Amino acid sequence: MTMSQVPVSYRVSERQDETHDTVTLTLEPAGAPLESSKPGQFMMLYAFGVGEVPVSVSGPPGAAGLTHTIRAVGAVSRALCSAAPGQAVGVRGPFGTSWHESDAFGQDLLVIGGGIGLAPLRPAVLAALREPGRYRHITVLIGARSPAELVFAAEYERWRDSGATVEVTVDRADAGWHGHVSVVTQLVGPSGLDPRRTLALICGPEVMMRLTAQTLLAAGMTASQIRVSLERNMQCGVGECGHCQFGPLLLCRDGPVVSYHAAAPLLSIREL
Amino acid sequence: MSADSESRGPAWLLPASGLARLHDSLREAGYQVIGPRVVNGAIVLRELSSADELPFGWGVTLAPGGYRLRRRADHAAFAHSAGPGSWKQFLHPPREQLWSAHRTPDGGYSADSAAASDAKLAFIGVRPCDLRAIQIQDQVLGAPTHPDSTYASRRSSVFIVAVNCTEPGETCFCTSMGTGPRAGRGYDLLLTELTGPGDHTFVVEAGSAAGEATLAGLDLRPADPGAMRRAQASVSEAAGKMGRTMHADGLRDLLARSHDAARWEDVASRCLTCGNCTMACPTCFCTTVEDVTDLSGDHAERWQSWASCFDLDFSYVHSGPVRSSGESRYRQWLTHKLGTWHDQFGSSGCVGCGRCIVWCPVGIDITEEVAALQAELGGPEAGE
Ligand SMILES: Cc1cc2nc3c(=O)[nH]c(=O)nc-3n(C[C@H](O)[C@H](O)[C@H](O)COP(=O)(O)OP(=O)(O)OC[C@H]3O[C@@H](n4cnc5c(N)ncnc54)[C@H](O)[C@@H]3O)c2cc1C
Ligand code: SF4
Ligand code: SF4
Ligand code: FES
Repeated sequence: MTMSQVPVSYRVSERQDETHDTVTLTLEPAGAPLESSKPGQFMMLYAFGVGEVPVSVSGPPGAAGLTHTIRAVGAVSRALCSAAPGQAVGVRGPFGTSWHESDAFGQDLLVIGGGIGLAPLRPAVLAALREPGRYRHITVLIGARSPAELVFAAEYERWRDSGATVEVTVDRADAGWHGHVSVVTQLVGPSGLDPRRTLALICGPEVMMRLTAQTLLAAGMTASQIRVSLERNMQCGVGECGHCQFGPLLLCRDGPVVSYHAAAPLLSIREL
Repeated sequence: MSADSESRGPAWLLPASGLARLHDSLREAGYQVIGPRVVNGAIVLRELSSADELPFGWGVTLAPGGYRLRRRADHAAFAHSAGPGSWKQFLHPPREQLWSAHRTPDGGYSADSAAASDAKLAFIGVRPCDLRAIQIQDQVLGAPTHPDSTYASRRSSVFIVAVNCTEPGETCFCTSMGTGPRAGRGYDLLLTELTGPGDHTFVVEAGSAAGEATLAGLDLRPADPGAMRRAQASVSEAAGKMGRTMHADGLRDLLARSHDAARWEDVASRCLTCGNCTMACPTCFCTTVEDVTDLSGDHAERWQSWASCFDLDFSYVHSGPVRSSGESRYRQWLTHKLGTWHDQFGSSGCVGCGRCIVWCPVGIDITEEVAALQAELGGPEAGE
């Protein structure tokens, strides 16, 4: 047991429905706040009496409160998604590695998110858009299964106004959809990728990240210019429970953000 | 690593009868004294109310999947190899409460970390392999990485009486792993047991100021060169009497490229994925947490228990377990223990104690599995 294993009490101050099963919660500390997080890091969120799960920070870095975007898939995530304003949520963290999007200063920043995978990328996008002049281009490519599954959809226009190129595609269109219908990898070609001067940040389902990375490699990027965020079972967040083993990496400590150079050979091993 | 070049200060001789005084003086200093004891046909680690409870005259016969006590011709107290338990059960308990919380009237909650027991522990009879195992767990759970942990606070007050190994068992291979049979650093006192016709004495060396302070109350005389030679010879001979060997060089690289080896399927056809090996192993540290509430729902607790990478739930994510086949779980255990442990914690995770061989119900032998992988993939001995 470490002191960092006792959840700190926060309160839901705001909730925003993103999709039919995904909610963005803003949390304010009930007492002293935890250390602020860097883009890509995650927190362990505790629903009182139900359990605790890892959830990425999806809000702007440096904010006093904490923002998380959570998809209801099981007992704990459902309890968190149904939390009403005022309700207490326990928080531990921040844990793990960050995107280090600023490594792309002077170059192109390419952010690619699939589904709820856009949540951990949002802090990097917001951080970059605070100082767009330091990047050549900021491009955000977003894929979702359907238009109704897009998260942060209300913000894309604001990101464009702040200087980003934002392209959105869905696997299946609905009646009101006039945008792209394709897998997200097909947005890479038209995005004007300069393979020698780009840093790519990818988050989404594991297959999506592999296919996207392969597309970027085929376009001439190297694996060290690509970063992915990986998911494994996590229970402690501090490198002592062993659940997040991924070959040589402990993903709560050496991840979740990992260079594709390290991740690619590991992702190709079945049941690692 | 056995650090036999270290200077250790003077060595002393303690008659076997003097163990009683050592035990009692540790008790008087406020320690709960824990050591090996015969219970239900095995030598286990328990609190000792007197030194008489040590397993004088008991030895063991070990085999893959086999453990038997036997009477010895002499009265040796520490000539019995590793038993089913290890010191991790005291430093990293099998089940422990992490914190409790209750709802407050304003709809929030307040949480408190569970009170750590302030018992000071003294371990008597820590074998060199197990001494190294404690240091390996320190690397994972201790002060370097978790300065405020209950592990670190428990660990900081432990007094260690180590014993050099003079009689390795059939499943031992500490020499291969560089952890024994002579104890490396990290003990407060180090004993070497000398038995012979009409003689039962211990060579005693102090390894810390606390250890030196304990010497004051003991019936000691300076060790004569003859006794020192006997002690050194018996430990050196022990190095040549290991029941098993493992070629540990290059294992990290070998295992990193072993993922498609045919041997994994072979071992998986025998392995029951019971997890006994992980429970018995003195370095395996994995845990799972469980969140519970009382009937009112206003009081919640979190408990932590030992977990095993052989459990199907261990790697569960939304779509199911990442490692669903037995093959992938045995591979995870072995590649972590002997390979990626180096990447994560800077050393091997195996100390060569042999417990996983003895306590495997189907007798899977880690040294045999490694040799088979080396033969299949081209290990260090392939070039010899
Ligand atoms: C670093 C990291 C960041 C994440 N960020 C987000 C995020 O921003 N938004 C979001 O909605 N989800 C995120 N997840 C996934 C989220 O943790 C799981 O959806 C959640 O654990 C499911 O728990 P449950 O009890 O609701 O579901 P159940 O399916 O009932 O899960 C039971 C238990 O299995 C484990 N588990 C199940 N699925 C996962 C999973 N995918 N990853 C890790 N452990 C799992 C948990 O211990 C969980 O309590 C993240 C996961 C990781 C590892
Ligand atoms: S893997 Fe086996 S031999 Fe090695 S330390 Fe663990 S139990 Fe002992
Ligand atoms: S190797 Fe043996 S002890 Fe370990 S899980 Fe398999 S059957 Fe059980
Ligand atoms: S989550 Fe516990 S070790 Fe990584």
